[in-house]
Amino acid sequence: MDAQIKKQLQITATKVRMGIIESTFNAKSGHPGGSLSIADILTYLYMNRMNVEPTNPALESRDRFVLSKGHTAPALYSVLAQRGFFPVEELKNLRKIGSRLQGHPDMLKVPGVDMSTGSLGLGFSAACGMALSGKISNAPYRVYAVLGDGEIAEGIVWEAAMFAAHYQLDNLCAVIDNNGLQIDGNIRDVMSSYPIDEKFRAFGWNVIVIDAHDFEQIEDAFNEAECKVGQPTMLIQKSIKGKGVSFMENDVSWHGRAPNEAEYKIAMADLEKILEKLM
Amino acid sequence: MERIATRDSYGEALCELGLKRPDMIVLDADLAEATKTVKFKNKFPERFFNCGIQEANMMGVAAGIAATGRLVFASSFAMFAAGRPYEVIRNCIGYPHLNVKIGATHAGISVGEDGASHQCNEDIAIMRTIPGMTVINPSDAVEAKAAVLAMENHYGPVYFRFGRLAVPVINKGPDYKFEIGKGIALTEGDDVAIVATGLMVAQALEAYEMLRDKGVNARIINIHTIKPLDEEIILRAARETNKIITVEEHSTIGGLGSAVAELLAEKELAPAFAQVGIKDEFGVSGPALELLKKYGLCAENIVNTALQICAERTCVSL
Repeated sequence: MDAQIKKQLQITATKVRMGIIESTFNAKSGHPGGSLSIADILTYLYMNRMNVEPTNPALESRDRFVLSKGHTAPALYSVLAQRGFFPVEELKNLRKIGSRLQGHPDMLKVPGVDMSTGSLGLGFSAACGMALSGKISNAPYRVYAVLGDGEIAEGIVWEAAMFAAHYQLDNLCAVIDNNGLQIDGNIRDVMSSYPIDEKFRAFGWNVIVIDAHDFEQIEDAFNEAECKVGQPTMLIQKSIKGKGVSFMENDVSWHGRAPNEAEYKIAMADLEKILEKLM
Repeated sequence: MERIATRDSYGEALCELGLKRPDMIVLDADLAEATKTVKFKNKFPERFFNCGIQEANMMGVAAGIAATGRLVFASSFAMFAAGRPYEVIRNCIGYPHLNVKIGATHAGISVGEDGASHQCNEDIAIMRTIPGMTVINPSDAVEAKAAVLAMENHYGPVYFRFGRLAVPVINKGPDYKFEIGKGIALTEGDDVAIVATGLMVAQALEAYEMLRDKGVNARIINIHTIKPLDEEIILRAARETNKIITVEEHSTIGGLGSAVAELLAEKELAPAFAQVGIKDEFGVSGPALELLKKYGLCAENIVNTALQICAERTCVSL
């Protein structure tokens, strides 16, 4: 990966993180922890990978993205705003009455959102449907989905996993955000989904494990996924919940809590510092 | 009288619709032979996908396919098409208002021998609570076919309720016309209104003949679309007959009877009112026709209910 491109991605990802903090702070609720852990992969997808047109969000040939871990909508909204689907300023309206930025993504309200999600596991199923539809008509688009590592305890995830392999949906690339934490604690304590890689391999998937915060690894993985014939690909990204905000990193209490004013200032200062270093 | 199961004409209708809508996809969950989607599978194998025994995923997949602009039918038995995946339907199909048609067969007590685990008497109730969901329960094979074919130019989620049992074909003649949300008055009596849906419409028509022999002139109304409900035809019947009986092969909690009662209460109409349906209980195994009788889903019970309501209302007015 070109150094300049990598730097630009890091800058945008930091801005995406600032949008996550800005929106959850203003909403006084939301899920910053798991939003911050997927900021890099979403930035890469929307800035460097997916064929999308902010001026024509319904473009038929567009690549599709499904945020199956819908509670991390702040990350999706923030990256959509950075990509130009709507003004960054609008992020402050998250979760407010009259805002199109619902607590969980609504495809009928927000330009760029391809599937309404929020109830865990369902988005993964829908992504399989989109991929199947593309296969039937030999459509050029690819389908991407992001799931949580706690989310995959849902039974429907394994129904969908079986389905995608059975119908050889090689135009589907899903990502599991393996930050190791779910609301009630460490996933090893609450309901272990490990070993995630072996489970998906056994279900017939091409599995790649990457560092969630390394753009080169992210790009290599998507390149490999795109070359894979006859198999869907699962990227298991080892991530840090709360990534980029010092006091939120690896602290499960930030799963579903918004920063107060003092915390907001520290968080934004942390991110400003990262941005300064990159500029 | 000719008898055909509504699921049979569902399968035929899918084939006809498949010709008109080349984008259409049909999904099933390992019950294609029974739901009759196998007819579509045989005609359009490249547009039929078996999801195996995973109804929840099937509804999510249906939503995803529909989100790419296609018309999708997803089928299983009512218990597994409405009950098991309720929340997937609500959030993946209902909330984004996607163009998914759910073809639920083997609904109600008339599933028969399989028993209570398969006798879904609650599907109308749970489906009609989903905002924007249309709920259609055809009375016979002719209506079932017409309703499915009406999907050619209809957008949005629809729940179709079909049966396993072969039932009388009652909608004969060139005048028959299906219109979503439009009830059909089959007789024009003024003594009592019998508002029926699904296979109970035929029973209501039989009851009409029996009541006529006893000097009671009943108005039989076929409500094939439970949601949106044809308010006008029911309110008119309430005003003109002052006696309403709802008849359905479904729980009396949440189905047609509830929908009609809600409407009457909202409009502050208080006709004499009775429900014929499954009371708050589970079914048992047995032959379908015997079960229908056992649970009072027959012309005789409709007649008795009508006579009772007529007697009571006459007493009150005296």
